[in-house]
Amino acid sequence: MLLEIKNLHARIDGNEILKGIDLQVNAGEVHAIMGPNGSGKSTLASVLAGREEYEVTQGEIWYNGKNLLELSPEDRAREGLFLAFQYPIEIPGVSNTNLLKTAVNEIRKYRGEEELDAMEFLELLKEKSKLVELDHKFLSRSVNEGFSGGEKKRNEIFQMAVLNPKLAILDETDSGLDIDALRIVANGVNKLRSKDNAIIVVTHYQRLLNYIVPDFVHVLYNGRIVKSGGKELALELEEKGYDWIKNDKSEVTV
Amino acid sequence: MSNKDFKQWFIENFQTFEKSLNGEKTESFHEIRKDALSKFSSLNIPTVKDEEWKYTNISPVIKHNFNIVPPKTDMAPEIIGKFLFDKLEHHLLVFVNGEFRKDLSRLNELPKDIEVGSLAVAIKNNHPALLKHFGKYAEDSNNLFTALNSAFTKDGAFILVPKGKIVEDPIHIIFLNIAGEEKFITQPRNLFIAEANSQVTIIEHYGSDKDGIYFNNSVTEIFVGENAVVDHIKLQEESLKSFHIGRMEVDQERNSAFSSHLISTGAEFSRNEFTTRFNGQGGESMLNGLFMIKDEQFFDAHTMIDHAMPNCNSHEHYKGILQDKARGVFNGKVMVRPDAQKTNAFQENNSILLSDDAVMNSKPQLEIFADDVKCSHGATVGKLDEEAKFYLKSRGIGEESATAMLIHAFASDVIKTIKIEPLREYLEEIITKRFNQ
Ligand SMILES: Nc1ncnc2c1ncn2[C@@H]1O[C@H](COP(=O)(O)OP(=O)(O)OP(=O)(O)O)[C@@H](O)[C@H]1O
Ligand SMILES: [Mg+2]
Repeated sequence: MLLEIKNLHARIDGNEILKGIDLQVNAGEVHAIMGPNGSGKSTLASVLAGREEYEVTQGEIWYNGKNLLELSPEDRAREGLFLAFQYPIEIPGVSNTNLLKTAVNEIRKYRGEEELDAMEFLELLKEKSKLVELDHKFLSRSVNEGFSGGEKKRNEIFQMAVLNPKLAILDETDSGLDIDALRIVANGVNKLRSKDNAIIVVTHYQRLLNYIVPDFVHVLYNGRIVKSGGKELALELEEKGYDWIKNDKSEVTV
Repeated sequence: MSNKDFKQWFIENFQTFEKSLNGEKTESFHEIRKDALSKFSSLNIPTVKDEEWKYTNISPVIKHNFNIVPPKTDMAPEIIGKFLFDKLEHHLLVFVNGEFRKDLSRLNELPKDIEVGSLAVAIKNNHPALLKHFGKYAEDSNNLFTALNSAFTKDGAFILVPKGKIVEDPIHIIFLNIAGEEKFITQPRNLFIAEANSQVTIIEHYGSDKDGIYFNNSVTEIFVGENAVVDHIKLQEESLKSFHIGRMEVDQERNSAFSSHLISTGAEFSRNEFTTRFNGQGGESMLNGLFMIKDEQFFDAHTMIDHAMPNCNSHEHYKGILQDKARGVFNGKVMVRPDAQKTNAFQENNSILLSDDAVMNSKPQLEIFADDVKCSHGATVGKLDEEAKFYLKSRGIGEESATAMLIHAFASDVIKTIKIEPLREYLEEIITKRFNQ
């Protein structure tokens, strides 16, 4: 099993946001997490990525045989975990290229691999930027600075493509994308899929799931996964909204 | 041996200094020295009660008695190499312990009439430009340390770019101080004159080899003639036990353009007083600075932009990075005088404290006496952006590299306005050495 979350409780500033999450993800699978605003989806993603503001009060997370909660955020990334942020921040003065070069080489060093030389690295960037149809001029620009919402999301997927993670969490990467951009992003993601890696897509919309077809769909509500199912569940949610789940607690499958 | 009073020490040792001048004691110029000495003796040592010294306690400097005549050194010429920028075609002037070293200097071919060399020679020759400009911008009358410098003026860099001449390659001046057992004072005195329609780039570079104790009390006067362009860079990478008080006074004539970059890793105590004054309309001035200090270093940037004339633009941006128990001061005054309509003045000071014990005192001052002007100023003091750091870490970048990247990024606005690429690379390297491992 690639990821196993057991009874995860987490809080921030004294407020409990995650109230007992259980989730299992195997290599090769795509899981979709849906749920109304504020239900805790990004919180879960942040806890997985290791954001320090969140305090895990109960539960465990096992990732690729390791206790994830004992790893620093950078070591999680070096172990192959990747989070595409819902709201990627801007970092003026740090170029995309510089970020990726440092990241790739620190990850390689961690894994005991040789660092890439300048030529090899440029080759890698060229290949991956094609995958998400990202214009070359973005590479020398500061990370996300002045990027449109859609460009920021595409840049996240570009980074994912370069870092080639084992487990990718895409937090609403589809929000704010027009249909062409959505198709590009989804195609990029699909090309990165393999039997060895897994993807968790957080989304509000079926639209993305038409392209990245999930094996499982989970509904996160009020800090818990209240319903899980196959890809049909997403269609059902699109049609009926969340109220039927909110009201009908007997549907809860934990 | 108990120390003598700071002022008394210099007054009593003036004769020692005079003897060290040997034959160089040109009578007319020596009157200037003696006059400065009498001003020095009548001026008070500044205290924190003086508005201009509010955050700057001078006592660590004045408690020492510095030898007036620095020791000669047998310095390995290779040391100079540490202060050179790769791949830069430049003219090089080297001063070691205050003395001009022709053997270490190198002047490329220069267009006729351009003078680049030692101030001592200009003094000896009673150079007319020296007599015209010396002491006219950095006045002795209200500045104890300038008066001290003038009284003990012996050498420094002298550059004269006559009307319409352009010096293509930057002039790199290295002031290297090598202190051993005895502590001493050097007082470089620089005079840079760019006449109308001329252009020159000057790098004033202060460095030291060891961690010795010395006091650098430098004064630089710059005349930027009508429509002339002068780019000045002051680089300070000195002994962490040294003291540095540097004053730069710039006179800008009509339509002139001047830029200053002060890049510093400080000393034990340093204060840089920079003033630029618009003496004609249409002037452009940029004053940028970046300092990085650590341990218990103290650094004070004290600037003044004097908009005495209408239609001038000034842009000032100072940035500080403070570690450990370092303390920084930015005191930036922008004066817009009653006649200076249509002034554009921008001033910003940002500092990053990398430790809870570091302290930054930022005091931007806008004094506006004209009504049709556009002025803005701002100051921020903060930590590195934790969100940005987390983002970098989430990509597999460790704490140290993430910090270094954000520091490079923070410094980049100041560094990128330097036009000389090899110098920018040299500065990036300084940052890398400091924050990466
Ligand atoms: N610092 C904080 N203090 C208190 N509550 C917080 C804090 N940060 C987030 N929350 C709350 O945590 C809850 C979960 O937020 P989260 O961002 O995980 O939701 P989400 O499911 O991702 O929502 P969306 O679909 O809008 O992205 C929200 O109610 C939010 O207001
Ligand atoms: Mg969210």
